[in-house]
Amino acid sequence: MLVNVGLVQALMSGLLMGFVYSLIALGLSLIYGVMDVVNFAHGEFLMLGMFLAYWFSVLFRLDPLIAIFIIIPVLFLVGVGIYKGLIKRILNGTRISQILTTFGLSVFMANMAMFLWTPNYRLAERHLTSTTGDLSIFGVYLGVPELIASVGSILVFAFAYYLIRFTRTGRAIQATSIDSEGARLVGINIDNIYAITFGLGISCVGAAGVLLATFYYIFPYVGTFFSMIAFATVALGGFGSVEGSFVAGILIGIIESLGGFFISPAVKYAIVFMTYMVVIILRPATGLFGW
Amino acid sequence: MPKISRKTVVTVLLYVGAVVIAPLFSKAPFYRHVLIMVGLYGLLGVAWNIMGGYTGLYSFGQSAFFGIGAYTSTMMLVKAGVSPWIGMLCGGILAAIVAAGVAYPTSRLRGPYFTIASQAFARTFQILMTNWDYVEGAIGIPLPLMPDTWRFMQFKDKIPYHIIIFGLLGIAILVCYYIANSRTGYYFRAIRDSEQVASALGINTVRQRIIAAMLSAFFTAIAGTFYAQYVLYIDPESVTHHALSIEIVMVAAVGGAGTIWGPVLGAAILMPISQYARAALGGAGRGIDLIIYGVIIMVIALVRPTGILGFFQRERTIEGEGGDDVDTTITAGTGSDDAVRGALGQS
Repeated sequence: MLVNVGLVQALMSGLLMGFVYSLIALGLSLIYGVMDVVNFAHGEFLMLGMFLAYWFSVLFRLDPLIAIFIIIPVLFLVGVGIYKGLIKRILNGTRISQILTTFGLSVFMANMAMFLWTPNYRLAERHLTSTTGDLSIFGVYLGVPELIASVGSILVFAFAYYLIRFTRTGRAIQATSIDSEGARLVGINIDNIYAITFGLGISCVGAAGVLLATFYYIFPYVGTFFSMIAFATVALGGFGSVEGSFVAGILIGIIESLGGFFISPAVKYAIVFMTYMVVIILRPATGLFGW
Repeated sequence: MPKISRKTVVTVLLYVGAVVIAPLFSKAPFYRHVLIMVGLYGLLGVAWNIMGGYTGLYSFGQSAFFGIGAYTSTMMLVKAGVSPWIGMLCGGILAAIVAAGVAYPTSRLRGPYFTIASQAFARTFQILMTNWDYVEGAIGIPLPLMPDTWRFMQFKDKIPYHIIIFGLLGIAILVCYYIANSRTGYYFRAIRDSEQVASALGINTVRQRIIAAMLSAFFTAIAGTFYAQYVLYIDPESVTHHALSIEIVMVAAVGGAGTIWGPVLGAAILMPISQYARAALGGAGRGIDLIIYGVIIMVIALVRPTGILGFFQRERTIEGEGGDDVDTTITAGTGSDDAVRGALGQS
């Protein structure tokens, strides 16, 4: 029975992390689906969200769970600004210029953080929920911070899903994603939609960063790793698919923790990346759920 | 085989002259170190360029092949006392074989998908090396000190290293020249410009992509062996790290992807920036060189995706190498026509 409890434990912690991955992947998938740009700086916005949460908690003694309501709009504006200043110019550019621009942005952001905030590892302090302990359900232990992060991720994901599927702007985003010329013909301001989409995508990944900030180490290069996880998730779920991101995030979380459980925690990310390689080789561009 | 024109002779003489004269300006070891770094990254950039510049496969995972080169020669030296020159060749061949093994299954991937897959491959490789006890895992391997000889490629002075790296770079450039003007080079560029068209014309695109990947990995691994012999200590963090892959792409893209001298120019511009910034600012300036890199690469990607050399090339293409990427408006038509004609052997 002991093994089974361990297995359930691994499954549960994988599931919890999986919801966070879903949210990270949603931002990347959304930007790709609507704008056809692969954002190589995606993880760096997660890093930015983490650091914002950290500084809010240190300077203003704000719990990340409160700060998130400030950070999400801030990151939305940052996203819109970066779209207007940078991404807009590469939309009609070559593939290499798209790759290099977002990639240059990622190098710039990660090292700017390194320069400003040193490579030290940090954690954001909680002020609201002082409990750091575990919650025990039928002998399975769930960390409270992880639980909060995954519930938070589900809520943000649901909110983004609502915005995309059920609002007027969301329908415009969907229309643009299906056929940008057609959307333009029926009077949708494509430029605004792109700006909103980019802002929304950045807010999603930034929110995930805020939620991770209380238990995942914050350091300038944390983003490059999460970018890889996001690519793997989106490749699994199908580039541009919102529902696919959700399911694939959970899958990646579970693959990661099962890999750690059955083989070795040291190589669990190698297993995630190999899964990704296999999926992308077997079903390039469509993922498991695309067609 | 391209004709040996007067231009080629002049170029070779200029290269040899520059390589001989450059270290004479200063006896300072740091200055000579910077020159060696220019040579090393020039070689890495030229190697990347075979894939990225000519064939249009933007690999962000070359650090894995660098690591294979460094580890192969080092392990052969440590365990069996084999000369690094033989280790260098073995590392290159091993890297080429691994590259073929990776290039084959990924041969359907294009653009960003290929880029991400290459990154995933290199990261997996780094994790595996870090956890592999036979190669000392994360601890790393110090190279045993050997007498100051050519046989074991270890020197107290920097000049022999200078000669070796620029010699290797020269060979890589010659190979590039040869490829660029050969049928294979036309195949590569046809694939870059349009894989469908190339395939429709009867080019075995999978095979050509594998050849490009193997050549690129071979030279990257050779640079890895050189690095191990120069620094005399390797660990997964230094020879397989993701940041290395990034720097390689930067060097090639800044100078001009798809041109023979672009990566060398890129290395000559970026390496002094990074080395002197690190030396001047020390720990406080951590990352400042990469901040500058990031800005440069964004500006270049926005203004002229063909790199700095592209500023001089404009609409003209030198010796049939279209420096421009597939969709660029300026030379798109002529570039691909040129490549397609060449591929058909009608040029």
